[in-house]
Amino acid sequence: MERLVVIGNGMAGVACVEQLLKHGPKFSISILGDETHPNYNRVLLSSVLAGQKDADEITLNPVAWYAGHDIDLRLGARATQLDRAARTVTCEDGRRLEYERLILATGSAPVLPPLTGLNLQGVFVFRTLDDTRALIAAAGAGVRAVVIGGGLLGLEAARGLQLRGCDVTVVHLPDTLMNLQLDAVGGRYLQRHIERLGVRVCVNRCARAVLGDGAVEGVEFADGSTLPANLVVIAAGVRPNVVLAREAGLEVRRGVVVDDQLGTSDPAIYAVGECAEHRGVVHGLVAPLLEQAKVLAAVLAGHRDERYRGSIPAAQLKVMGVEVFSAGEINEGDGLDCVRYEDAGLGVYKKLLLRDGKLAGVALVGDTADSQRYAAWLRGGADLTARRSSLLFPAPAPDGGLDVAQLPAAEVVCGCLGVTKGDLIAAIHAGGINTLAQLKDRTRAATGCGSCAGVCERLLRAVAPDFVEAGPSPICACLPFTQEQLREMIRSQQLTSVQEVLEIYGQGEGCEVCKPALSYLVDLVWCGEHEEDRSARYINDRVHANIQRDGTFSVVPRIRGGVTSPAELRRIADVAEKYRVRMVKITGSQRIDLLGVAKEDLPKIWADLGMPSGQAYTKGVRMVKTCVGTDFCRFGTQDSTRAGIELERRLENLYTPHKVKMAAVGCPRNCAEATVKDIGLIGQEGGWQVVVGGAAGKTVRKADLLVTVATTEEALSAAELFFQYYRENANYLERAYDFIERVGIEKVRKQTVYAPAPARAALLERLRKAKALAKDAWLEREDPVHAAQFVQIQAMEVPQP
Amino acid sequence: MTPTFPARGAAPHAGKVRRSFAAAANAEPETWVRVTGVEAIPLRQGRSVRLGAREIAIFNLGDRFLAVDNRCPHQGGPLADGIVAGGTVVCPLHSWKVCLESGAVRKPDVTACVPTYPTRVEDGVVLVCLGAAPAA
Ligand SMILES: Cc1cc2nc3c(=O)[nH]c(=O)nc-3n(C[C@H](O)[C@H](O)[C@H](O)COP(=O)(O)OP(=O)(O)OC[C@H]3O[C@@H](n4cnc5c(N)ncnc54)[C@H](O)[C@@H]3O)c2cc1C
Ligand code: HEM
Ligand code: SF4
Ligand code: FES
Repeated sequence: MERLVVIGNGMAGVACVEQLLKHGPKFSISILGDETHPNYNRVLLSSVLAGQKDADEITLNPVAWYAGHDIDLRLGARATQLDRAARTVTCEDGRRLEYERLILATGSAPVLPPLTGLNLQGVFVFRTLDDTRALIAAAGAGVRAVVIGGGLLGLEAARGLQLRGCDVTVVHLPDTLMNLQLDAVGGRYLQRHIERLGVRVCVNRCARAVLGDGAVEGVEFADGSTLPANLVVIAAGVRPNVVLAREAGLEVRRGVVVDDQLGTSDPAIYAVGECAEHRGVVHGLVAPLLEQAKVLAAVLAGHRDERYRGSIPAAQLKVMGVEVFSAGEINEGDGLDCVRYEDAGLGVYKKLLLRDGKLAGVALVGDTADSQRYAAWLRGGADLTARRSSLLFPAPAPDGGLDVAQLPAAEVVCGCLGVTKGDLIAAIHAGGINTLAQLKDRTRAATGCGSCAGVCERLLRAVAPDFVEAGPSPICACLPFTQEQLREMIRSQQLTSVQEVLEIYGQGEGCEVCKPALSYLVDLVWCGEHEEDRSARYINDRVHANIQRDGTFSVVPRIRGGVTSPAELRRIADVAEKYRVRMVKITGSQRIDLLGVAKEDLPKIWADLGMPSGQAYTKGVRMVKTCVGTDFCRFGTQDSTRAGIELERRLENLYTPHKVKMAAVGCPRNCAEATVKDIGLIGQEGGWQVVVGGAAGKTVRKADLLVTVATTEEALSAAELFFQYYRENANYLERAYDFIERVGIEKVRKQTVYAPAPARAALLERLRKAKALAKDAWLEREDPVHAAQFVQIQAMEVPQP
Repeated sequence: MTPTFPARGAAPHAGKVRRSFAAAANAEPETWVRVTGVEAIPLRQGRSVRLGAREIAIFNLGDRFLAVDNRCPHQGGPLADGIVAGGTVVCPLHSWKVCLESGAVRKPDVTACVPTYPTRVEDGVVLVCLGAAPAA
């Protein structure tokens, strides 16, 4: 076997090796990488910085992958010398490797502009995982960050730092942001979007020095003005790593010069990725590099006719809430027709450049929904003459299936990782793929910048037999994240209070929509060990009673299973008279409601009642309605009363995404209406049916059968599994019936009653833990969270009349 | 802001600068009432207090206290029981959003507002300025 050495364990080098392995074993391969991590997805460092991904989630090839393919991986090994005559590479530590073929895949390094003070503590670059970790460690609430450079990288760094609580300013030398990808008008639209997110932007400013004594204190500009800072990120461009090649005498201009087969001026040496210069162009985005990697792999495998003919770069800004897409030419010029649309109010800017009836360039700011279509026209060189009057309108076909149906199978859907429509369909057919997550996992599509996720999802919808919708929508305007993302952020950033989440992700404010939802989420994620903040709770959850139209409250004590006693009824009657309750009402839930109670009377009423809270005011466990069952009913087959009381006991005092109403009935006559409850137990001869997702509110829905079991204990356990699964996975304010319609009962079954034993045990364990910490809220009558929780303030002095 | 609602008892200082000491600028005498220790109102919450004929909601916004009538312009809901969202409060009954600085309704898009009252903190005590007593 031939000896192949790859210098650079990054995206292009490893992609080339991956492709090469597909052609069969022909080489014994060594990879040298000066970073200490196996190959990871550099593109996603922005997401790591922004807290949307964990560092270990972005690994592309774990160490086991190298071992599994007999690749000799040397991490932390920097190649320092290349001897072309002897065909050897020498590392920093003196080790020497022989090669027959050599691939240079050294990528590039950040350009450090001529500023003084770059050695101060607190000055960072943003290129590697280690850089990112250092940035994360230095970022935080109250840190003033200055990002030098307003290109793709600088803006992504700025937003990431801001999400971590920093006060961020971007300083950019040219007049407009992202000037390599957008014209001046587009750059100004982008600036407004960025500023609206709360990131300050200074354009046309030349930084001269980083100020400070040991650590960064500020940045000084050419005009003498200064800006205070404790953290500076240099994002002023990259420069190919070519020292090794130049010293070895290879032809180098900006990058290592390669031909259409990625060969350098030495026939045994190839170059690929950001360090290579092909037809005068050095690419700085992943898609072209992966195309190069494919061609080089084919060439090395002996396919002599493969040629790389260049790529049209397409750039996408990965900043949540700001959509920017740019590809091809940027500025108007001779022979170019310009088609433009802008709406300053909406912040939407679209520009197409055409040459000879074909698309030559596209820039989209504020709305990138059509980017795939334009990218395809650009790549395919489609003749647009006939469509000239409708290039920007109408929007893509409203029929979701149509636009994917129109894509040819060879069309690249995921530009980042080079996955075609044909690849995706083959993967879906090959093996039980029904969700976007599975498709990503299998094909890696949509795992780069993620912009093709929409197309992938439409494709799944059209092709997958049991497609499962992801359906994410942001929680509210002040917090532009889905609840799933928020759950993940709360977990990974270890945020234990609502205010912490808001400080970092929501400009510190929050609203009546996100605050209660976050209150639920932090409680859920930390299993009750969160920092409770009553200011983020709705009034009902501050005083544990239901506010009425006149500002008074209603009191519903817990009467488990609807079973009470004469003594209890007498006590309730006494309390109702003592506090002159305006109305005593039997509720639809087999309980008693005392209406019209003043806030300051609440603790006293609870004490006099001596009964626990019925949680009738909150998103939590309401009741288990029961029928009389075997004890009395001549039809009864199961002891529904006892089962219902036990279920209520096991779940009471817990909070849920939305209210949970349950019922247990002794036979299919269903007297307590279990089939229209969130969870129902239906007794039958020899066992129980457990049903979930019923509704009898605005809409009526018959519950789905979750499972049929033999014993009462199994029925209770199935109900608990579903209950906890709903708690953990439903969106706040999503009733069980909506949750089931969204997720599908099959999936619910698979993840609860049919889940592997350890998964079931884990669900129940988390339920137990939360339950152990859950208390009857009405006990706050003796131990209020705040002295003035229930009472009105008494003024210290009476106003003078 | 245009007409105040409810019409009865519209405060003379509605819309005026908070913590105003500018009694001279105003012909009416100012009545500052010592209401309560700052600790009685938890951070980002409101509490109500009866001052003469008025019920006032006082909010603790961390760096300042703001006071408005405890009556939502919509159907009289208790604003003190609302969720604070930035410088606004959201009424617990039907979610009208009221600006605590100006008293103006921010959501829905209607022209209505509640009276506001200047406040200041002295030795850990919140004082509210009632202005001239309304014709109650
Ligand atoms: C934060 C960030 C966000 C990005 N976002 C996007 C995006 O959204 N879309 C996009 O298309 N592109 C994006 N990019 C660019 C993309 O990551 C690069 O184009 C791509 O990683 C380049 O691949 P490469 O293999 O050529 O270089 P690299 O991935 O940099 O790999 C080169 C490797 O070689 C190592 N090396 C260098 N010299 C030596 C030596 N002498 N000996 C041993 N090892 C050596 C380097 O340390 C490095 O590990 C982003 C880059 C960053 C930093
Ligand atoms: C402000 C509005 C409302 C208030 C204060 C309110 C209050 C209550 C209370 C206190 C109960 C008894 C709960 C218990 O015993 O646990 C109840 C039951 C019920 N409510 Fe409401 N409710 C309101 C709106 C609605 C609406 C809009 C619907 C339907 C669309 C609804 C449907 C029901 C039903 C069906 C029950 C009986 C549940 C059962 O028997 O299983 N309610 N409500
Ligand atoms: S559901 Fe069946 S067991 Fe229960 S009361 Fe009705 S008829 Fe009797
Ligand atoms: S009473 Fe305040 S919103 Fe209706």
